[in-house]
Amino acid sequence: MKVAVLRFPGTNCEFDTRYAFEKLGHTAELVWHEDTTLPENIDLVVVPGGFSYGDYLRSGSIARFSPIMQAVKAYAQEGGKVLGICNGFQILTEAGLLPGALKRNNNLHFISKYQTLCVINNDNTFLNQCKKGEVLNIPIAHADGNYYIDEAELKELEENGQVLLRYSDAQGNPVVVNGSVTSIAGVCNKTKNVFGLMPHPERALEAILGSEDGIKMLKGFES
Amino acid sequence: MKAIVNVFLKEGVLDPQGKAVNHALATLGFGDVKDVRVGKQIVLELTTTDKAKAEAEVKEMCETLLANTVIEDYNIEIA
Repeated sequence: MKVAVLRFPGTNCEFDTRYAFEKLGHTAELVWHEDTTLPENIDLVVVPGGFSYGDYLRSGSIARFSPIMQAVKAYAQEGGKVLGICNGFQILTEAGLLPGALKRNNNLHFISKYQTLCVINNDNTFLNQCKKGEVLNIPIAHADGNYYIDEAELKELEENGQVLLRYSDAQGNPVVVNGSVTSIAGVCNKTKNVFGLMPHPERALEAILGSEDGIKMLKGFES
Repeated sequence: MKAIVNVFLKEGVLDPQGKAVNHALATLGFGDVKDVRVGKQIVLELTTTDKAKAEAEVKEMCETLLANTVIEDYNIEIA
């Protein structure tokens, strides 16, 4: 698999993300935000975490106008697979590639810790290696992860199986972490080729460091 | 010509910063505060002198960048 990992000024998870895919035996290439085209023959675009443009105005709001994002939009519209992690998720919602928006955490804190998540839907590329209801332990690290979507759109998301993950306890019951609507931690678009989540699967690759649950998430893209 | 844009979270979208400020004010003894909303103000210096044109342009700026209309409302004052 060939992966393109985007890089904006302020991105800081690009090397971890590249390492994660290389560890799984794939090639991953960093792509600068000023580039107007994506590398050829790629299987996946990852918009990694960080603080693109210092989170000025709103998290992800400036990055979405980068030249490379126009190429990503076109790629996604043709059915190409795109994964946004943390700031990448914020960028994809700002770009309109994913529904909803991410606002400041309810408690106003930057939350950085391991967090258990419940898999809500697995009939998609990203989570096909996971079981429905399975609990994963993945680090979160964000200040603006409070997912908002209005009721009508939430209903639509649920009906289409677009809710991917919810913050949960170890038994899979939803818990309030940052104020997200129905504890949502990750969603996908209607056509299920664009995925976004606040937690960092690329930081959960080694049991000795706390969790290797990120592997089965990233491996989903191999099929 | 100057344009002043005020951006706020929509009514019905919980404003965590406003809530925290409200709580802090109550702690300080300001008992008359019922609700607080924290927004941001963006001040633009424009080269145009055409008010209608300025209004239309700033509205477009709000829709594309200055506000995220999924969660935010905005108002524009042209001075």
